[in-house]
Amino acid sequence: MHPKDTLSNVLYIDLTRKTYWVENRKDLFEEYIGGAGVAINLLREECPRGTDPLGPDNPIVFAVGPFTGLYPIASKTVAMFKSPLTGNLGESHAGGRSAIAIRMAGYGAIVIKGASEKPVYIAIHGDKIFFRDASALWGIKSSLTVGRIIRERELGAGIRTIMRIGRAGEKLVRYACVVTETYRHFGRLGLGAVFGSKKLKALVVSGRRTIPVSDKKGYREVYKELFDAMVKSPAMRKYHDLGTAANVLPLNELGALPVKNLQASKFEKAKEISGENLAEKYLGRRLACAHCPVACIHLAALREPYEDEPYFYKTTFISYDYELIYSLGSMLGVENAEDLLKILDEVEVLGLDGISSGVALAWATEAFERGLIGEEETLGLKLRWGNVETYIKALRYIVAQPNEFYRVLARGVDYASRIYGGEEFALAFGGNEMAGYHTGPTGYFGFLAGSRHSHLDMGGYSIDQKVLGKEFTIEELVDRALKEEEWRQILSSLVVCFFARGIYKPEMVAKAFKPLGWKLNVKDLEEKGKIIHRLKYEFKYREGFSLDKLKIPKRIFEVPTPHGILKEETIKEMIEIFKKKLST
Amino acid sequence: MASKNKRLDIVDVDRCVGCLSCMFACARRFGEGGYDRSAIAIRSAAGVERGFVVIVCRACKDPPCAKVCPVGALSLRKGGGVYLNPAKCIGCGFCREACPIGAVMWDDELNKPIICTQCGYCVNYCPHGVIELVEVE
Repeated sequence: MHPKDTLSNVLYIDLTRKTYWVENRKDLFEEYIGGAGVAINLLREECPRGTDPLGPDNPIVFAVGPFTGLYPIASKTVAMFKSPLTGNLGESHAGGRSAIAIRMAGYGAIVIKGASEKPVYIAIHGDKIFFRDASALWGIKSSLTVGRIIRERELGAGIRTIMRIGRAGEKLVRYACVVTETYRHFGRLGLGAVFGSKKLKALVVSGRRTIPVSDKKGYREVYKELFDAMVKSPAMRKYHDLGTAANVLPLNELGALPVKNLQASKFEKAKEISGENLAEKYLGRRLACAHCPVACIHLAALREPYEDEPYFYKTTFISYDYELIYSLGSMLGVENAEDLLKILDEVEVLGLDGISSGVALAWATEAFERGLIGEEETLGLKLRWGNVETYIKALRYIVAQPNEFYRVLARGVDYASRIYGGEEFALAFGGNEMAGYHTGPTGYFGFLAGSRHSHLDMGGYSIDQKVLGKEFTIEELVDRALKEEEWRQILSSLVVCFFARGIYKPEMVAKAFKPLGWKLNVKDLEEKGKIIHRLKYEFKYREGFSLDKLKIPKRIFEVPTPHGILKEETIKEMIEIFKKKLST
Repeated sequence: MASKNKRLDIVDVDRCVGCLSCMFACARRFGEGGYDRSAIAIRSAAGVERGFVVIVCRACKDPPCAKVCPVGALSLRKGGGVYLNPAKCIGCGFCREACPIGAVMWDDELNKPIICTQCGYCVNYCPHGVIELVEVE
């Protein structure tokens, strides 16, 4: 690390005492790089064993890495906390301007501890930190409005991040998200509820800074190589043209797109909600995260007439991505793009995680169909596939929690199905609602054994697709998945976006470190990846996770995947192999 | 590539995706990361859904910044805009106030203006065709 780099400064904020301090944690950054590597260490230090995820002792850690502010597409921030959804390791990544803003404010990580009695938001402008009264912002209907208000009041136009929660976070919905720059999210595992439990409405960060490097010429050369690769690569082109929504049709074609709570894996209306259709009919603007030339963020412009006045319209910009098209589209049997966009917008307004919300509604719809719950529970809502108007009302109830049923549903489908039944079709793994990949054994193995029960841990869905039609053993799949997750610890310590994983290969990462004054070779990196992964697993075990107690909803064995009907024994065998590999 | 008869032009601001690659490029001319000394700035036009604003020197033929400099530190550039002579500059900040588009940035460390030299390095790093280097008539 360059001696003048401010990366190793960690800003600690205590919300209980309304105080802050900065510590130089060179020890952590030199050993664990940044991002996920540093965050898991800070979490271990700050989060006592058995902490209530919604209690004041649960810390929120944000971390960026050595490539942030220096190389393109190192644009993500890692958040770590104990998850109120799973009761275990919480880790969520987001882009927007969050990473650049934290780095430019002069920090490599921010730790937020304690809880405020009254609603506050925190403004970090370089080395100046302000606790601002947020009483007037608490309860505002839309997370978008909160952003607008703070934008007017704070410094740093163009270079700041405004992370905030919606009402879902205030009401402690266990899968509430934190919205940043209006269209990006720390979506998964309930960071929004942790904010809410601390009465923390928002976090604004801005700053300006120069980051010194050790070899200026070498730095410029490596930068150019990375930038050119990014702009020219076909994978990046795909994310720019259609965005992640490009995956809808291919996954549907494969028979891997979960439909109506995974009662099917092909959707007859897939074309309607595809990236192609959305781009042709609705795409209004593309956006990029700060320092990413790709610009994968797609905003649809939805023009709706007011019914009470002729020729009077409103136009709403709504971001869409593959995961949400699955969870709030095919999974709910939503058959047209306009309905899909309306429900996406509501999720944004409320500040919910889109994946968990969709899976929760899908479980509820099936439970309603089967008579496990009735109108007494749903407060008169007749949940039916594709009925978006009803779904929007249900989402509002999940946030407002006017009765026991919605209070339960606000805790996720794993919990809800324990109370109301239907566990065999409650599509959560490790307590986390599943992402949209009914691709085969590795996808599900990844949901179960991945350190945050996310499709992005091991990228199992991608491995499933790559081995289709080829010879392979179960052990090879586990090997590949584990190796992938270990390497991704390095990517999420740098912190680079996983979309660029094809460019940031081990050799390239080692090369990019050189001009910055770090001495790390490929072998060092791979070892560190393994160590960081094991640290995360240690935390999981400490908080009660066990590979012997995994719950697998039967539904996934009933519907064909591209690899045919899956067998429970296969998945269990994979877990057994994985257990052995972890202990070596 | 940098020629005295060229200047930066914003060809289509609506193509801007807000990636800030131009800002980082400007800082990288000096072999630095970050964007503290960048002569170009991007911000949203009242929320990212409304698009972006690109703020950079447009190389005026008759630049107001030069007119208000009390020490003659800003000299006229052939293709428009100005050059800064840092040895003369006293950091009064008049130039920054005089520029109606806010394109005179400030180096807080040196307490001197940051003036775009129309070198076009940023253009190489705008993959979306927002900025170009154009010949001046």
